[in-house]
Amino acid sequence: MYDLKALYEAKSVADACQLLTDHPEAQVIAGGSDVLVQMREGKRAGKELVSIYMLDEMRGISIDEDENIRIGSLTSFSNITKNEIIQEKIGVLGEAVNMIGGPQVRAIGTIGGNTCNGVTSADSASTLHAWEAIVEITGTDGVRRIPIKDFYIKAGTVDLKLGEIQTAILIPKESYENCFGHYIKYGKRNALEIANIGCSVNVRLSDDKKTLDRVRIAYGVAGPVPMRAPSAEEFINGKEINDENIKGFAKSVLNDINPRDSWRGAKDFREHMAVVMAERALREAIKKAGGEA
Amino acid sequence: MNIDNGYSAKGSSVIGKPLIRQDAHDKAIGRAKYVDDRCDQGALCVRILHSTVANGIVKSINTEEAEKIPGVVRVFTCFDCEKNYFPTPGHPWSVEKSHQDIADRLLLTDHPLYYGDDIAAVVAEDEVAAAQGIRALKDQVEYEELPFVLDVFDAIKEDAPLLHEKYPGNILAHTTINQGNYDEAIKEEGLIKVEGWYDVPTVQHCHIENFECFAYGEGDDRYVCVSSTQIPHIVRRVIGQALNMDWGKFRVIKPYVGGGFGNKQDALYEPLCVWLSMQLGGRCVKIDVPREETFVNNRVRHGERFHLISWLRKDGTLAARKYEAWADQGAYSSHGHAIAAKALNACPQLYPCDNFQGDAWTVYTNKPVAGAMRGYGMPQGSYAFEAHADDCARELGMDPLAFKRLNLMPVGFVHEFSHNELYSDTFNQCFDKGDEIIGYTKKYNEYKKPQTGDVRRGIGVATYWYNTAVYPIALETSSCRMVMNQDGSIQIQLGETEIGQGADTVAAQMAADTIGLTFDKCHTVSCQDTDLTPFGTGVYASRGTYTLGFSVRKTATLLKQKILDYAFELTRMQPYLLDIVDNNIIRKTDGRILMGIDELATTALYSLDHSVHLTAETTAHIKSNAYSFGACFAEVEVDIPMCRVRVLNIANVHDCGNVINPALAEAQVHGGMSMGIGYALSEKLLFDQKTGRPLNNNLLDYKLSSFMDHPRLIGDFVENYEPTSAYGTKGLGEPPVCPVAPAIRAAVAQATGCFINEIPLSPDLLFKKFVEAGLIEKEGGEANV
Repeated sequence: MYDLKALYEAKSVADACQLLTDHPEAQVIAGGSDVLVQMREGKRAGKELVSIYMLDEMRGISIDEDENIRIGSLTSFSNITKNEIIQEKIGVLGEAVNMIGGPQVRAIGTIGGNTCNGVTSADSASTLHAWEAIVEITGTDGVRRIPIKDFYIKAGTVDLKLGEIQTAILIPKESYENCFGHYIKYGKRNALEIANIGCSVNVRLSDDKKTLDRVRIAYGVAGPVPMRAPSAEEFINGKEINDENIKGFAKSVLNDINPRDSWRGAKDFREHMAVVMAERALREAIKKAGGEA
Repeated sequence: MNIDNGYSAKGSSVIGKPLIRQDAHDKAIGRAKYVDDRCDQGALCVRILHSTVANGIVKSINTEEAEKIPGVVRVFTCFDCEKNYFPTPGHPWSVEKSHQDIADRLLLTDHPLYYGDDIAAVVAEDEVAAAQGIRALKDQVEYEELPFVLDVFDAIKEDAPLLHEKYPGNILAHTTINQGNYDEAIKEEGLIKVEGWYDVPTVQHCHIENFECFAYGEGDDRYVCVSSTQIPHIVRRVIGQALNMDWGKFRVIKPYVGGGFGNKQDALYEPLCVWLSMQLGGRCVKIDVPREETFVNNRVRHGERFHLISWLRKDGTLAARKYEAWADQGAYSSHGHAIAAKALNACPQLYPCDNFQGDAWTVYTNKPVAGAMRGYGMPQGSYAFEAHADDCARELGMDPLAFKRLNLMPVGFVHEFSHNELYSDTFNQCFDKGDEIIGYTKKYNEYKKPQTGDVRRGIGVATYWYNTAVYPIALETSSCRMVMNQDGSIQIQLGETEIGQGADTVAAQMAADTIGLTFDKCHTVSCQDTDLTPFGTGVYASRGTYTLGFSVRKTATLLKQKILDYAFELTRMQPYLLDIVDNNIIRKTDGRILMGIDELATTALYSLDHSVHLTAETTAHIKSNAYSFGACFAEVEVDIPMCRVRVLNIANVHDCGNVINPALAEAQVHGGMSMGIGYALSEKLLFDQKTGRPLNNNLLDYKLSSFMDHPRLIGDFVENYEPTSAYGTKGLGEPPVCPVAPAIRAAVAQATGCFINEIPLSPDLLFKKFVEAGLIEKEGGEANV
């Protein structure tokens, strides 16, 4: 039994935008794996809900006319993991969302919900940052697309205006072509866990697989919102694959990140982990790309 | 050796067989009824208001706003209840005043002693209104805040805030054991002193089914309470004490229970629930405790700090030992000092030493209440004893297993107080079997060689002994009733409750064996109802199988005699010539089948000449007890830069005597091992030091180990027939959790060289220890290899 004031079931994306405009205090609900938990805790108790869960047009994964990978915001984690396009072009995303919660949560939880929550620990978020995803937002005035780093405003707040919902996440071709990634989630147990810190690295290698053409790295829980590590990327890009460069890359993430000190994890512990994970994730990504590390 | 056990163990078709548990089907398809399934849809819902101070006086609670909320029926506060203090622990009641449990609880209190103490209750038409009522009430409490104390060593300081006036220094109890002369013994020349401090955390049971109960009025001034409890008859007594009414006014019903692990060996909210129903004219009132409150407002396992000193001779023998321990009781006494005392009493028996000086204190702190939890002080004690034994072996340069074999309780050891005896070479047998299963010796020698690299391996072994049941400290009694049906099948009723461990099934196996019926003819009534079920104190202390065995055997023997007496009337054969085998009356002298039990039972009930209802009921007053033993072997891989321990292989070997049902016994071992892995690696209840507020009282932040954190769990047995037991068996419920944490600690120590004296070995602790040990460079993040 949940403490909700009303539930409006949207019949289309346009209907959802209209409902949200008509009920400015309402909370969007998709799979409900976050919203219902918060309601039970009393945080969103007594609210109106606008459900978008029945909008099948927001589900599924495809390659659009611009060769972007298009992931409908209502696509569940388990469907992302099982999808062939994902497995072929951005396997790391399927692996990352397969570490969320347990099987039940992955079957109901959506990637849209994971990102719209605005939390730094979302398992999809660091990978989407590292792959420079584009967020598609639909409102009563139409559609706009923004880079994911601009979508996150601050902890718990994303760039959704009144009457807007997130309808898709896009990965541009230039971002995924010849690109291989690896995600490490650091939690205290192997399931049913929220990342203590998460690290996603992807690489594009030179043709001879000896040089790192492009490396992108992003973290969850290394700051209030998911973040890239620009100075580490700058350090490594264009460099040869060797131990010294890999370790140098890993250490330079400390110039970029700013993890919290809390009872869930001390700052020095998280910093140490960030360095270890950067090195390991980079090595794994290089291996996946056919290089040796 | 020929054992004359008087029952047909060897040729038994039921004892020692992995028969499918009686409730398996109902539980698998979701048909088994738990408390919530039995509750009337129209029941009123209760939510409890918990204090937001760790120590203080409630000056006032303004209930006006909460009572205005639609659906809120009534708000009751601490000022509405009488100050009638009552005890809660699920101990058998003592008729001697000096042995009675401490009465220090109120239904709702105006003097909260921990952050979260119960100060008011909202009764509402549904759970949403109840939750709204609580939210409206939260800011309406006026407190006089008092200083509080969270740590046992701070609590025993002179200037510490005092929780209970009758207990100066916040010491609930202090007991000692003195054997020989410690002070003289340590003067022996050439002794090596090994000293260590060992800390174990506060943890919670985390049974799947949260505690829940509901209560309603019945007849004239009687009340029924349906509760998720291990101890229905004890709960009836506690309700009577709490409400200051005759105990017989209350009827407690226990349906299926989704795990208890000792948390439900306490009266929890049953007295409050009945009282609320009473205030509302007997309306059905339900208290369904959310998980967050289960962590804080039920019971927890005692955290404990141990200080152990051993004086060793060069040959590895023990000259003298010193033991000090401080158990963290939390705010109220519950099971109290029994837990710390159990570990203290076990220490000089596990590794006997002529000169032993031991002290144990149980100390009040402003934290959630510690009570019974699987192992009752022994997971704590076993961790400290075995970690210390490993430290002794290291100091001596001895193989730890060799050190343990040398010093453990010898065969023939008799404990004077309990008369318990070690009859067999159990420890060595368990070690040998475990070594064989997991390849301990080979791996120990392999991992002993210097290791380099980020990922290293180690293996450890730890043992324990466990005194099952509560004789001679408290009453041990079990009652049983058997009723034969028209077709010759029987119902069995017992006070020992089914809480998932399989008690019903083993009782049916025992009865089938003794009477001569097949298993399918014997059905244990799973639900206890204090109006209907013979008196029993419930299940705890790993007592179920051992104690119910006595009353089942006594009752089954009586019923069998009645059946054979009746068979005489039908067969004209003297009862002593008859027996029952596989549901048939046979003539022993030639083995001829004379008639089926079904025909006999039908005749007995419907006979126009002599109609008899074949039933039997007896009480077994038990005046014996048994030691239970075992060992755990754990192999780990430690990823040093990642500060992570992965358990690669783990095996527990137990001697619980004759195993009645190997499938259930193995499952029991698996469950205990899982709990042990969590205790070793991840579980700890945390508190905000500034306020006393619990920080991680939910299953996300409290790291109960998951299925993904275990390797395959191996449970095996050494079956030494227990001579004091009705069916050769003894306790297994709690023991499997005891040796796991120290075995994992030893394995991590071998892998890393870090002998860490606290659990859980969680990543944050390992990070600190690895930095201290130079295994991790503070800024570098790589192993120092």
